[in-house]
Amino acid sequence: MNQPLGYRKPTPGTVPVLLFPAYKSTVKRAPQKEPATVEATLCEVTGPQPTAELFGSASGDLTHFDGGEALGERIIVFGRVLDDQARPVRGALVEAWQANAAGRYANPGDRHEAPLDPHFQGVGRVVTGPEGEYRFLTIRPGAYPWGNSYNSWRPAHIHFSLFGAGLANRLVTQMYFPGDPLLPLDPIFNSVPDPEARQLLVCSLDLASTRPAYALAYRFDIVLRGRYATPMDE
Amino acid sequence: MALRTTASQTVGPFFHGLLSPGLNNLVGPATRGERITIGGRLLDGDGAALANDGMVEIWQANAEGRYDHPDDVQELPRDPHFRGFGRCGTDAYGVFEFQTIKPGPVAGPEGKLQAPHINVVVFARGLLRHLYTRLYFPGEPLNESDPWLSAVEPARRPTLIAAAEPGGGQRPRRYRFDIVLQGENETVFFDV
Ligand SMILES: [Fe+2]
Repeated sequence: MNQPLGYRKPTPGTVPVLLFPAYKSTVKRAPQKEPATVEATLCEVTGPQPTAELFGSASGDLTHFDGGEALGERIIVFGRVLDDQARPVRGALVEAWQANAAGRYANPGDRHEAPLDPHFQGVGRVVTGPEGEYRFLTIRPGAYPWGNSYNSWRPAHIHFSLFGAGLANRLVTQMYFPGDPLLPLDPIFNSVPDPEARQLLVCSLDLASTRPAYALAYRFDIVLRGRYATPMDE
Repeated sequence: MALRTTASQTVGPFFHGLLSPGLNNLVGPATRGERITIGGRLLDGDGAALANDGMVEIWQANAEGRYDHPDDVQELPRDPHFRGFGRCGTDAYGVFEFQTIKPGPVAGPEGKLQAPHINVVVFARGLLRHLYTRLYFPGEPLNESDPWLSAVEPARRPTLIAAAEPGGGQRPRRYRFDIVLQGENETVFFDV
């Protein structure tokens, strides 16, 4: 059998350095040895199918949990999942999770003294459509304090997890909001070397996609590693 | 038109909404193959456990060596009762565990077979991007010629080979696979 074609590397400057001391927990957790270089095999160009059987049921509406409405500013977060050649990634699993409007996660490990919302669980799961499109209806998350240094606060963010077609283009990232004054102070955001790549983690207000008198809309497009088309490219 | 790939960011400490029930159990009664348990601890550079804030995903072929994916066109049987994917968060002791089956060997470069292995992806608070590694099985003749194991300096290969623990009667054989993020016994990670 011929070897399958592999995936292109991420764009230079977009990959955070693992050891980023301003983000304290990287110091003891970042591997220090060089990764081993290997040829692509079937094992990384394949990956799990985004089925409910595997991941549980999908819902893009995070605002109605347990029979009531979540508190906070409703927002639509939407966009397209593309590869690095701007081709839509169809059938990609997009999972999102976030703190509530008060900046607290519905998670037993979150000890931040901010109120929990019984109608906000903060987890969504959708599969992209034919143009790579996805959409969540959610609540704008609050900023929250964290133990990185004295009085450090995370900018408001939504966590994203994506599966494209293969294990090689797996991505976990975070989406931020425009104009957040905490962004320049955030070591996680700043761990991305290229400032332009950093800015691509910030969504943009899209008035045209707003649901009038209901929810503002923010666009966040996500670009996954693309696959080589011919062995010559590799 | 070339687009910049979206930057990775840490999974953070509160990813537990991703852990749907049963995601670390890959087998059902009708799954073909030898039942095994794989598990271990996720450890930092001080040997301290990543308590509740690490997440491990696995992806593997079925007992015959075929992946549940359209790009796997090997002429091998599919198993409709095996999807090959699992996800597990670490517990208070940094422990993760999966119930699965031992995968068959999968085709590799130059028509050679790769040794049976499980692809492992690691996420954690403090990891700004995920890490790829592989779990191999002890005593497999194919380990000698496996292309990925061969790409690793011999002294570090043992970090990729799980340790078989003594089986107990009817219980599935258990393989221990600790993942060390940093230091002397740092696990080998791959530039995938
Ligand atoms: Fe967060």
